[in-house]
Amino acid sequence: MATTAEHFQAHADDHGHDHDHKPAFFARWFMSTNHKDIGTMYLIFAIFAGIIGGAFSGMMRIELAQPGIQYLDTFARWFGAVNPDFNSTLHVWNVLITAHGLIMVFFMVMPAIIGGFGNWFVPLMIGAPDMAFPRMNNISFWLTVAGFCSLLLSAFVPGGTGLGAGTGWTVYAPLSTSGSPGPAVDFGIFSLHLAGAGSIMGAINFITTIFNMRAPGMTMHKMPLFVWSVLVTAFLLLLSLPVLAAAITMLLTDRNFGTTFFDPSGGGDPVLYQHLFWFFGHPEVYIMILPGFGIISQIVSTFSKKPVFGYLGMAYAMVAIGVVGFIVWAHHMYATGMSVNTKMYFTAATMVIAVPTGIKIFSWIATMWGGSVEFKSPMIWALGFIFLFTVGGVTGVVLANGGVDDVLHDTYYVVAHFHYVLSLGAVTALFAGFYYWFPKMSGRMHSEFLAHVHFWIFFIGVNMIFFPMHFLGLQGMPRRYPDYAEAYAHWNQVATIGYMVMAASLVVWFVNIIYAFAAGKKAAGNYWGEGATTLEWTLSSPPPFHQFETLPVIEEAAHH
Amino acid sequence: MAAVANQPPRSPGNNRKAGNPKARNRKVALMAFAAALGMLGLGYASVPLYRMFCQVTGFGGTTQRVDEAQAATVKDSGRTMSIRFDANVERGMPWEFKPLQHTDTVSIGVRDMALFWARNDSARTVTGTASFNVEPEQAARYFNKIQCFCFTEQTLKPGEEARMPVIYYIDPAILDDPDNKDVEQITLSYTFHVTSTGDAKALDQSGTGG
Repeated sequence: MATTAEHFQAHADDHGHDHDHKPAFFARWFMSTNHKDIGTMYLIFAIFAGIIGGAFSGMMRIELAQPGIQYLDTFARWFGAVNPDFNSTLHVWNVLITAHGLIMVFFMVMPAIIGGFGNWFVPLMIGAPDMAFPRMNNISFWLTVAGFCSLLLSAFVPGGTGLGAGTGWTVYAPLSTSGSPGPAVDFGIFSLHLAGAGSIMGAINFITTIFNMRAPGMTMHKMPLFVWSVLVTAFLLLLSLPVLAAAITMLLTDRNFGTTFFDPSGGGDPVLYQHLFWFFGHPEVYIMILPGFGIISQIVSTFSKKPVFGYLGMAYAMVAIGVVGFIVWAHHMYATGMSVNTKMYFTAATMVIAVPTGIKIFSWIATMWGGSVEFKSPMIWALGFIFLFTVGGVTGVVLANGGVDDVLHDTYYVVAHFHYVLSLGAVTALFAGFYYWFPKMSGRMHSEFLAHVHFWIFFIGVNMIFFPMHFLGLQGMPRRYPDYAEAYAHWNQVATIGYMVMAASLVVWFVNIIYAFAAGKKAAGNYWGEGATTLEWTLSSPPPFHQFETLPVIEEAAHH
Repeated sequence: MAAVANQPPRSPGNNRKAGNPKARNRKVALMAFAAALGMLGLGYASVPLYRMFCQVTGFGGTTQRVDEAQAATVKDSGRTMSIRFDANVERGMPWEFKPLQHTDTVSIGVRDMALFWARNDSARTVTGTASFNVEPEQAARYFNKIQCFCFTEQTLKPGEEARMPVIYYIDPAILDDPDNKDVEQITLSYTFHVTSTGDAKALDQSGTGG
């Protein structure tokens, strides 16, 4: 979008890294204050956590491949149970769904899309030398790592029926209070406290950076849409995570210190926990997807060689999604017994979100319209994102109806819906961003061929996993059970095969990364050519350790 | 590059044209932090706010509480409705607890009394509090209690029995509410819990970790 003035000091193709004053290994990576190094660590951490969370989903898919309980007993022994009885065997299932959800939300998508790409590219795109509070940035990262360790530890301590926290990622009371004695749920809550504190600090850092550290001439309305998306996300984090912190702290005191916030015997109400959780939980789903919207906007514009269609509409659509996202939470709770009027309000408010979301989808299509579209790997992934997110959005409008939800609540239809928008949507956006920026971050080109192979196998695999879940849900298969009636066997088997296809695509991805480091061409400063107009493309690949020591100046006439 | 290569890493934020950038950053960060703290406080404030909201609107089946003066203004509507009574005890509560009538047909707008009966089957004195609810939930805002054993704690000695009254009426306004037009019966449900000051609470909770 922004073009830089002539007197901007370019670093392109200058590989004088020895002059960068990089600290030694330990100081550089363990006490890092450099936004690019911290971003890299977030990305590596997210890949690591994603492998673990993905392995858990593989364990669930293999158990679900056929009716009956086949593998849970083995899994229980892996976690250290000695001769597990039937109940603690089934408890492993609850632990798996809990861990999969929490890991993917808090330790894969959020660290990758906000911590990883946000840290790497927000300062670069606004022409800032670093984040506003580099040390706080470092604390945010290590708090996230500590939170992950706490969650992993919870799998090896008693959680009531068996080892580990089996509460679901929503941690509903009373299952999470009187229903889960033992330290596992406490470890889980502590994990959320740590990750939440890290994310709040990260949000404060992004807000300060974006408000205060834009280069001269980089007005709010000239910021790239990815920066806008991170700004809105940071506000959502700032306003929603403390509510979760309050809710889980109440859980903790209900569990350990005799309070009765969610215990009817002391005048509390378990439904209040659900209200608090979803007041956080619904903005949380936008926290995961909005930065993806930003990434897709950059990519679609770059490979259509056109500025994004309706820049202001795109930016304020994200603001609108963020604002409305705070007043629709009870559509997760239609089954708690709400009056018809309450249901009508939450149905209508939820459907309103389809309007700004539609603005984004149509603006991406309008950006491509008449553009000189190039199907490079990031663009293929971005197109995949638009398709998959639209499918998930359409089922979201179906589920928004309080009446329809009475039938579909807690069925696989819901699982299909939120995996289309988050697993396929957010993760596809992550891969799109990965291929878009990987050469910028590493200095090495990946293989375009392997990236395309990765895309097609992944695309087929994930659709095989999740599309049949619509059928299963409409036929009434409930979520969160390791066993099911034989009538559901066929589509479950298809989904499990789909998982293996998807897993194979990840092998291609890893091969591609190894190829890039071993034999990839050196990446130029702007390897995507004329369509890539944001400030990170004015720098070398990888950018110098300290960039923009002379600030870029964004011209008045700069066009979006 | 060479011109700036020897400069030490610059502290962030000292690139702005006006004002002390560190102070500006600190100001924004403190405002953001205050917002986060405010939301944390709102999370806790939601506990009393939610209770008030339920009491005012009857949300979630919360019945209304009225005094004698208010009750005196209500007129008989001439229409009747069936009320069903339901009694439960929490797990670990050593009482037997049941309604003395299972259903009752009352005139809407006329006060009526229902009796419940409880006996302490344990060998110790137990204090209990009853939580309450009506079904369907949208009828709760019209279900008015003038007197109820659930307003206070109840204590029963070992083996002691008690008859416990509820005096209530259905507000005739329910007849004008479209959400309640197909309601023919309201269920009033009570659950007795051990009050935490009672010794049974400690016994009950020691096994559940919380």
